[in-house]
Amino acid sequence: MNDPQYGWWLPPDVSVHGADIDFMINAIHWFMLALFIFWGGFIVYCLIRFRARPGHVAIYRDIEAKWNRWLEIGVAVAETVVLVVFAMPVWAKIKDDLPLAPEQDAMVVRVVAEQFKWLFHYPGRDGTFGKTGPEFYADDNPAGLDFDDEAGWDDITVRGFHFPVDRPVIARLTAKDVIHSFKIPVMRITQDVVPGMEITIWFQAKETGRFQVGCAQLCGLGHYEMKANLVIESKEDFQKWLDEEHEALGLDE
Amino acid sequence: MSESHAKLGFLRSYVFSTDHKVIGIQYGITALLFLFFGLCLMMMMRWQLAYPGEAIPIIGGLLGETLVDDGAMLPSFYNSLGAMHGTIMVFMGIVPLAVGAFGNYIVPLQIGAPDMAFPRLNMASYQAFVIGGLVMLSSFFLPGGAASSGWTSYAPLSVTATTGQTFWLIGMIFLIASSLLGAINFIVTIIHLRAEGLTFFRLPFFIWSQLVTAFLLLLAFPPLQVAAIFQLMDRLADTSFFMPTGLVSGGDPVAAVGGGSPLLWQHLFWFLAHPEVYVLILPGMGIVAEVIANNSRKPLWGYRPMVYSLLFLGFMSFCVWAHHMYMTGMGTTMSTFFQITTMIISIPSVIILTCLVISLWGASIRFPVPMLFALAFLPMFGIGGLTGLPLGLAAPDAHFHDTYYVIGHFHYVVAPGTIFAMFAGIYHWYPKVTGRQMNVPLGKLHFWLSFVFMNGIFMPMMFEGMAGVSRRLFDPTVYEIGAAVHGLTTMSSWSAWLLALSQIPFIINFFMSMRKKERAEENPWQATTLEWATSTPPPHGNFVEPPVVYSGPYEYSVPGASSDFSPQFIKQES
Repeated sequence: MNDPQYGWWLPPDVSVHGADIDFMINAIHWFMLALFIFWGGFIVYCLIRFRARPGHVAIYRDIEAKWNRWLEIGVAVAETVVLVVFAMPVWAKIKDDLPLAPEQDAMVVRVVAEQFKWLFHYPGRDGTFGKTGPEFYADDNPAGLDFDDEAGWDDITVRGFHFPVDRPVIARLTAKDVIHSFKIPVMRITQDVVPGMEITIWFQAKETGRFQVGCAQLCGLGHYEMKANLVIESKEDFQKWLDEEHEALGLDE
Repeated sequence: MSESHAKLGFLRSYVFSTDHKVIGIQYGITALLFLFFGLCLMMMMRWQLAYPGEAIPIIGGLLGETLVDDGAMLPSFYNSLGAMHGTIMVFMGIVPLAVGAFGNYIVPLQIGAPDMAFPRLNMASYQAFVIGGLVMLSSFFLPGGAASSGWTSYAPLSVTATTGQTFWLIGMIFLIASSLLGAINFIVTIIHLRAEGLTFFRLPFFIWSQLVTAFLLLLAFPPLQVAAIFQLMDRLADTSFFMPTGLVSGGDPVAAVGGGSPLLWQHLFWFLAHPEVYVLILPGMGIVAEVIANNSRKPLWGYRPMVYSLLFLGFMSFCVWAHHMYMTGMGTTMSTFFQITTMIISIPSVIILTCLVISLWGASIRFPVPMLFALAFLPMFGIGGLTGLPLGLAAPDAHFHDTYYVIGHFHYVVAPGTIFAMFAGIYHWYPKVTGRQMNVPLGKLHFWLSFVFMNGIFMPMMFEGMAGVSRRLFDPTVYEIGAAVHGLTTMSSWSAWLLALSQIPFIINFFMSMRKKERAEENPWQATTLEWATSTPPPHGNFVEPPVVYSGPYEYSVPGASSDFSPQFIKQES
């Protein structure tokens, strides 16, 4: 069962935005390690050099230390740099730059979370989602589609998540019952899904592969099982999969 | 002090006592029992994590069939254990130990007061704590078990959960009331009952930490009190404070009017729970400062900057709560604000830690057991603080949020951080309370084993979180990532069980030392602060003569003095 692609450090990153996050994580950890070694070394040195022993007397007078000021200023400067140069722009890019322009050719998908399943809702060939609402939820209609709305007749609802590589994906997340959290470690995505709200996120993959979507927010007894298969595939394979799902709907006959 | 000489019955002396020392001991014993209970819950969880689906050894057969199936844990029981471990450790273990026990026992002694300002309020605070604790414990026997929605109790999950959640909320209302009564009492006591000559800048750092902690409790807990009552109304009276419109559960509409907001609960909860983090750590820092000053035999380096940092830390702790909520769909404006405040709040922590470390320079360091724990606190709290850095920034948090990295981070702050500070305090003040010294070899054994296994538990969690394993999973191996790093999980579990065994020397030491014939010296650590100005253990009313303070708290190794410590309460010949 051991999967060689996962280990003791960051999992593989197949997202476009993940490189910035990984750079920050790695840089911050080097910074932390340097501080820890410096402080730890200083403590150990003091414990040995200034251990109590006959004839050794502590210095009452405040020692004149200037370097600690510099250390504290250094920490503050490092944090400011991380914050202003990396954290804010990276996060703004991830959150705010929704690829809405037509030439960016973003794919839109609805993600519906419920205890303890994920549902992925594609708009179908017409590119338009059918009308949905909580009053339409039923066992055979988990997306809550209004069947009076023709736009929804060709919609595809599936339990596994497929999306194409190298194409922006806009996901609109809703939850039916409690708070869930949409987590894909290899895509560096965590997004809480809050009932009563629709939250829009976007991402883009740079590599294909088969991974897992998980739930990262405690959502009840089956929380640990709330996962879905994730298939990131080439545009052709994705189109082929979509066509197969359309055929399964039986609309072409 | 005339009534202090009246003979009181057993109940008035030991059960319904208004003496701060008795209440402090009551708090201490109760909190240690709760900590041990919380540790037991955690050990059961660690079994399920290391050996998912296998029958729990020894106790598996004793548990009811609503909890286990053929001795193997059920997910509902696991969720209860998780929620109750967090609740018990934070609200019934650490806070009562750090504030209720150390605060009550030490604060009046260290400021030269005969008792707390409001002794009956003090007793009421302990009683509310016991009632809240009993309500929490009794919830394990309810149908459906104890609360199972995490110690954070996020709505709507918590609102629709089993009756255990109602007990959790009622228990919390009592525990919060207890803390509020205590907080008022500490603030008034510290401000009004200081001995003659004990100006604010002659206060030991421990007193400062208790004062700031009391303000945090006083200002942060009421919002949670309100939120708990709201949630109780949502559960019992069908209100919809936290319930949005259109909820569907298992295909059926939820009978809630709707219009509420699940995020409102999170804001109210974290508005308490972030200051609460500082409630957990500040008294620990105070104890460590006392122990380090005493055993380095020199004044604390940078006492004033430490006090200013503490005050600033207390203020800023109210401005960072939403960094727990970066992944809730918060916009960039909000997250920018909270990222900035989070980076700012790290600076005073760095200053306090740096001052404590520099205090070692030029010292004459002794290594009794309390000092070992205090010294270990520094790097352990350091790891906890440093790992907060990537979590405080939204972009790295997109990977770390709700993973084991978070668990490792806050446990490094609270477990080898605060709990080590608590142990330092217990070993340091045990002679004050009992008049006996604790056994040193047993103490050293306890320290070294605890030090090794604490790291054995929490360091693997850092790497699991780095790999991307989510927390609160009944069986993390259902995920490919969880299965890939399962060895780390097993290592954590074995370390946890060994850590529990490592507490045996402490428990033996704690009880056996009380029965020793040999009495401790009146001032066994050659300390300078006021709690050593009276006899050991102190009499009812604490001081026969009200003490007078002549100098600062840490006058160690004063040049020209006759010994290497010059107590605050003795006028020095110039």
